[in-house]
Amino acid sequence: MPQTVIKVDGLSKQYRYGVIGHGTLYKDIESWWARLRGKEDPNVRITEHVGPGLDGEWFWALRDVSFEVQQGEVLGIIGRNGAGKSTLLKILSRVTTPTTGVVKIKGGIASLLEVGTGFHQELTGRENVYLNGVILGMTKAEIKSKFDEIVDFSGIERFIDTPVKRYSSGMYVRLAFAVAAHLEPEILFVDEVLAVGDVEFQKKCLGKMEDVAKEGRTILFVSHNMAAIRSLCRRTILLDKGELLMDSATNEVVAHYLGQNLVGGAVASKADIEQRMEGKINRSNPSVRFRRIAMLAQDGVPKNSFDSDEDIIVSITFECLRAVRNLHVLVSVVDENNFPILSTQNVDDSTITTNFHRLDPGVYDASCILPGNTFGGRRFFLTVCLVNLKTEHVTVKKILEFEVKFQGYNNSYGGSGDVFFRPRLKWMMRPVDGEGLSIHQR
Amino acid sequence: MARSLMLDTIDRSEEGEQWDLIIRAGKGWFNLHLRDLWRYRDLISLFIKRDFATFYKQTAFGPLWYIIHPILVTVVFNIIFNKIAGISTDGIPSFLFYFSGSVAWGYFASCLDQASGTFVKNAGIFGKVYFPRLTVPVSVVIINLVKFSIQLALFVGFYIYFIAGGSTVRPTLFILLLPVLVFQMALLSLGMGILVSSLTTKYRDLTYVMSFAVQLWMYASSIVFPASRVPEKFLPFYMANPMVSVVELFRYSFFGKGMHDPFYIAISWAVTVMVLFGGIMLFSRIEKSFMDTV
Repeated sequence: MPQTVIKVDGLSKQYRYGVIGHGTLYKDIESWWARLRGKEDPNVRITEHVGPGLDGEWFWALRDVSFEVQQGEVLGIIGRNGAGKSTLLKILSRVTTPTTGVVKIKGGIASLLEVGTGFHQELTGRENVYLNGVILGMTKAEIKSKFDEIVDFSGIERFIDTPVKRYSSGMYVRLAFAVAAHLEPEILFVDEVLAVGDVEFQKKCLGKMEDVAKEGRTILFVSHNMAAIRSLCRRTILLDKGELLMDSATNEVVAHYLGQNLVGGAVASKADIEQRMEGKINRSNPSVRFRRIAMLAQDGVPKNSFDSDEDIIVSITFECLRAVRNLHVLVSVVDENNFPILSTQNVDDSTITTNFHRLDPGVYDASCILPGNTFGGRRFFLTVCLVNLKTEHVTVKKILEFEVKFQGYNNSYGGSGDVFFRPRLKWMMRPVDGEGLSIHQR
Repeated sequence: MARSLMLDTIDRSEEGEQWDLIIRAGKGWFNLHLRDLWRYRDLISLFIKRDFATFYKQTAFGPLWYIIHPILVTVVFNIIFNKIAGISTDGIPSFLFYFSGSVAWGYFASCLDQASGTFVKNAGIFGKVYFPRLTVPVSVVIINLVKFSIQLALFVGFYIYFIAGGSTVRPTLFILLLPVLVFQMALLSLGMGILVSSLTTKYRDLTYVMSFAVQLWMYASSIVFPASRVPEKFLPFYMANPMVSVVELFRYSFFGKGMHDPFYIAISWAVTVMVLFGGIMLFSRIEKSFMDTV
């Protein structure tokens, strides 16, 4: 029977909004002296700001979280930003203490909340390997025995005796991760460290993590990369606003999490959009503003779940507050990791009737049709962008989520169609004369 | 649903299992992690190596500064306090008098200065990985021994030169207790350093206060005048400064002149131990919540 190696029981962590104290002794004494004389504290902030963020207000970064981890388990931890993932790892790795609750751990732990902790610019690669390794919990003897392996993994043998300040950022990260990868604790906490380095190196890191997991070590892995979570972890917990929302098989939890992220439905209102706007935005005197972004079926009814043979209409309503020249409207389809799959612009279509080279003030609607029989059966997100060349560049990322249900073609079995594209393409098949069979014929 | 299942299992397994590590809210005042400190001794030695190597690499003259600094200080003190102010040095050659003071004080002051930056300077590392925080100030007092040894050797060189030149100063048997004096300075600067370091997490302006407080402290520590010049009625208060006894004993062991009353030595040690314990208490309390306040 597998042994429980981590037991988290009723773990909570409370933080305080804003500034704690005044930060300087001088001001604390000043306040104290004023209170002593019955005068008004000169350091009390005059603020009309109410609601979250008010000084002195407490909030729970983690609230009554309990779970157990068995030996050899690779547990994924997911959740939105601010859900408490990093706080949880920080408590487990003893960087900070819980407000209430207990964590019990069996076996040696090491945590990777960052690669290259304690690297010193002036020291050589070799010296830094030792320093970093020991900071992460290895002994000098352990590092010595693995030194060649570490250098080999990093792939920077030639520069190992060069000060790291001369390294490129890529080399730096590779060396740092190489050290981390050779930690051999019974329990490892990893926080998003794979989000560094190039794709090649990330793959190498993921591979290494898989190896470590196969060796029967216990790993707690925090990530926003659902692909990595899916491939590494069998079980995943989902945190939301500090609470443990779900603890189950990875597929189930990830599906729930991605579903949970869905904004509204098929229509995003002005307020939804403005919350998510980024880019070059002229807030005080905008020339164009989004009014509404919607996904519609052919009959004009909003919806966000489509059959794969249906056309999908993306409708963007915006307002020009001044006359605008050369307005570009961009629509992109991205996956859950924000990876762009498809992109299209209003200016692509030469048959467009409105003269987009000059738009008078007023409200406009730009629509594009994503034709049926294009997408595979999975979830997608819509990113929309308005570009008023040189002055404004407003992007709303992943503003709507939609799903496509793959229908199959010609009533034949076509698999689940869980790919980005599953278009109906032209195929040809014919017998080839004089090839293949010809050997037997002669 | 998942959570209720969890709670069941937790209730069942409270039957005296062996855990290697238990993390809880506890706000202990005196948890030194001494065993951890020993386990991380490699880290202390690497911190020492790092500081040593970077010192060599960063400054043009490197350890030459170790030699120039006390000589310059001694020359300046000699001119101001001996030649101009005319303060007596108890018959000790004034050059040796000031040199001995600045070597001893130099060790204490740089330990104190560096140890007091423990939390603020290492916030980045402390926020990312656990290791006993005490490794940092402990490595500081050890690395400074290198500088102290170089300066002490220089001092002994001048000392022999003066004796060869006909000076009447002679060492006493107290010289065998020199390591004890150094140890006391290490403990005192460690204690004071971590005390200040813990306070700076709350009060950032203390960092500035420290730099001139150390200066003032030096003038109150028998560096520029012997304790024998202090009026009798103020002496007990003066000797409450533990560094006075250390500096006086340092001089006594080399020159045969200086305060070596066992009573004052005891007071000095008592204050040292109090400061050290106070520092450790505050330090072990702050190290737990430190990351939340920075």
